[in-house]
Amino acid sequence: MAHRRTRVKSWLPVLLFIGGAVAAAVYFVENPGSAMAARVLTYDHLATLAAQHVGMVVISSLLAAATALPLGILISRPRLRLLGLVLENLVNIGQTIPSIAVIALSFTVLGLGFNTAIFALWLYSLLPILRNTYAGIISVPPGVREAAVGMGMRPWRILLRVELPLAFPIIMAGIRTAVVVNVGTATLATFIGAGGFGHLIVTGIMVRRLQLLLSGCILSALLAMLCDHLLGMVEEKVKTSA
Amino acid sequence: MGFWSLVVSRWNNILESTGEHILIVVAAVCVAVIVGVALGVVITYWRSLAGPVLYFCQVVMTIPSLAMLGLLLPVFGIGYKTGVATLILYSLLPIVRNTYAGIQGIDPAIIEAAKGMGMRETTILRRVKLPLAWSVILAGIRTAVVMIIGIAAIASYIGAGGLGEFIFRGISQWNLQLVLLGAVCVSLLAVLADGLLKRVEGRARR
Amino acid sequence: MIRLEGVTKIFPRQRVPAVKNLSMEVGEGEICVLVGPSGCGKTTTMKMVNRLIEPTEGKIYVNGRDVADMDPIKLRQDIGYVIQEIGLFPHMTIAENIATVPREKGWPEDRIQQQVDILLELVGLDPEVYRHRKPADLSGGQRQRVGVARALAADPPILLMDEPFGAVDPITRAHLQNEFLSLQKKMRKTVMFVTHDIDEAIKMGDRIAVMRAGELVQYDTPDRLLSAPADDFVAALVGHNRALKRLHLVKAGAVARTDVAVAQATRFVEEAKELLQTNNSPVVVVVDGLNRPKGVVQREELLRRNGRAALQDIVNPLESVADEDATLYDALSTMLNYGERYVVVLNHNREFQGIITFGYLLELMKENGS
Repeated sequence: MAHRRTRVKSWLPVLLFIGGAVAAAVYFVENPGSAMAARVLTYDHLATLAAQHVGMVVISSLLAAATALPLGILISRPRLRLLGLVLENLVNIGQTIPSIAVIALSFTVLGLGFNTAIFALWLYSLLPILRNTYAGIISVPPGVREAAVGMGMRPWRILLRVELPLAFPIIMAGIRTAVVVNVGTATLATFIGAGGFGHLIVTGIMVRRLQLLLSGCILSALLAMLCDHLLGMVEEKVKTSA
Repeated sequence: MGFWSLVVSRWNNILESTGEHILIVVAAVCVAVIVGVALGVVITYWRSLAGPVLYFCQVVMTIPSLAMLGLLLPVFGIGYKTGVATLILYSLLPIVRNTYAGIQGIDPAIIEAAKGMGMRETTILRRVKLPLAWSVILAGIRTAVVMIIGIAAIASYIGAGGLGEFIFRGISQWNLQLVLLGAVCVSLLAVLADGLLKRVEGRARR
Repeated sequence: MIRLEGVTKIFPRQRVPAVKNLSMEVGEGEICVLVGPSGCGKTTTMKMVNRLIEPTEGKIYVNGRDVADMDPIKLRQDIGYVIQEIGLFPHMTIAENIATVPREKGWPEDRIQQQVDILLELVGLDPEVYRHRKPADLSGGQRQRVGVARALAADPPILLMDEPFGAVDPITRAHLQNEFLSLQKKMRKTVMFVTHDIDEAIKMGDRIAVMRAGELVQYDTPDRLLSAPADDFVAALVGHNRALKRLHLVKAGAVARTDVAVAQATRFVEEAKELLQTNNSPVVVVVDGLNRPKGVVQREELLRRNGRAALQDIVNPLESVADEDATLYDALSTMLNYGERYVVVLNHNREFQGIITFGYLLELMKENGS
């Protein structure tokens, strides 16, 4: 059945997304459409916004992975099973809270700025990674774990050689979700003064300049699709090797 | 001014915005359910379409919501229309995906039995497939509702009304209490909607 | 050697002990089978030996040392452990699975690889073919073999086996059981084997421990268990058809009849007929130059045939065969399986050793039956 065929993710879309982004940037800078837009749409400025956007996503995602992985491992220990269940429920509730609300709440506590945005993105992307790390380790079949214990593997060796490798595809899926959501949420960071492609969109709406608006939309959308595809490739790779 | 006195003094305002918020979400979901379930059903018959349709929905999902609002703004203009259009687009994927998965997941023996008893395809769809897939479809609707409650708050920025207005007005006026009010209300709405729909889902599964 | 002294296990928040004041000894090089209905405490008993479960009371000695005083990690690395196939690591290759304990013990890599190949050969899997496969690529029986190989990897003197052949079909299970028994003949490990299947217990065990509700009901040799069950529970467990069950206890090679007519495939029917006149054999076994059976011709069929035909032209291909290590029970199953009235017994070199006919089997059962 054609629709069941697993689509092997190729490098072609990666080139398309990057090429598309570059082409869009060149097009909008060369055709700003109005003097007001021309002041914003310069190569320098676009590079700055891109760096801000990517920087926010990369830093917050790395921090989130660095916190959520150990935490997820910790709450999956049998002795902390109860804590794990409690946290799992809290995370589930936390995930229903909209990203704009998290940005807004962070703003009320930390004020404007890049660091506030990093904090909000970190907090928000913590949840999928934490949940998937926990779920991934919990889903290791009991027989597999028992065999490992029964053969005299030390607990940290079981974690490294059995539990984490088996949970890795699920953890990777969590990281992918987190990063893609982060690209989207980072567009909202402009509301609290952290820049990024959202700046182009919001400015475009405020001053009613279509070129400005479209440039922000297209660039942030391409970045999101690029991240999704790249991490999808990693996920596929992990799945087939596991 | 304390947070509670703000809540009290703005009570009518809160109710009105919550009403607006719920209204655009419900309007969007209603359209999305009709279109999404129909699309989901169609691709179970027209299998070659399933891959492309689901892939398209997935791509739409990855696009940042603010970007989507911006892309549709030139088409629908400032106001709730752009908002609703965006919300419909985003709620399509979970509904289409779950309709498709729900129907595909039915035990083929059941459908065989229905055919064997001489039921027409339309009757099978109405009396067998959709009822059996309903709890899965509901799960998709829940995902969609929770997600677009958040996106509706962002849509306030382009004049779609709703609880997001507190957030944006609060930020521009540097009124932290107002921002807090907006964030808390939107979050509560999402959590409550999730809980409510989970219960409906649980009942449907039985 | 394993010795349990007054071992009791009460799980938290449970009033009834899972294992009650159990004392027993598993001798060096013996297979001890723990058998009983589910929940009788057999698995709990086994898991206390490698300290997956800690006893509430009592002492357990492995080779004279109290396990409570040993590092559980070291203890477990020196005790092979086989559970149902789900225990294989699905993300590792077969070689990596088998190498688990040697790796934990820090063996050098080349020695590990060597050992992996030796073990794969030992359990009858070609290393070249299976080394780099994943458990998901293997059949149920092959996975169980890998499970055994993995447990044997660091050559532990003791093996614990928890329903090791539980997840495969009956025919494969019989194969695996026979293979393990012939391995055990060479290895002489001290084995504690848990099963709920009394037939398996009778076939595998040197001694059988029948358990019920946490208590040891009878600890005896299979023969004694069948001929003198301690109480009604054991009698019911071993069942009514005890005569049939005792077929498990006799190896086909030990009783196979050798007084049958054997003829080279190149001989003529005429010659075979002459053979039958001096020999009251029901069949003629046709062998090749290496004494390997090629097939069997029934007495009646032979008499109907033209004398000038060569035996190799009229012989029926041989299907109903058993290894000398197979039990009479296996032999009977094979006969029933192929609808034949005989089974040809082969030795380890696949040479003709003897034949067991249905009538002969019935006689054996009568002699043997209680």
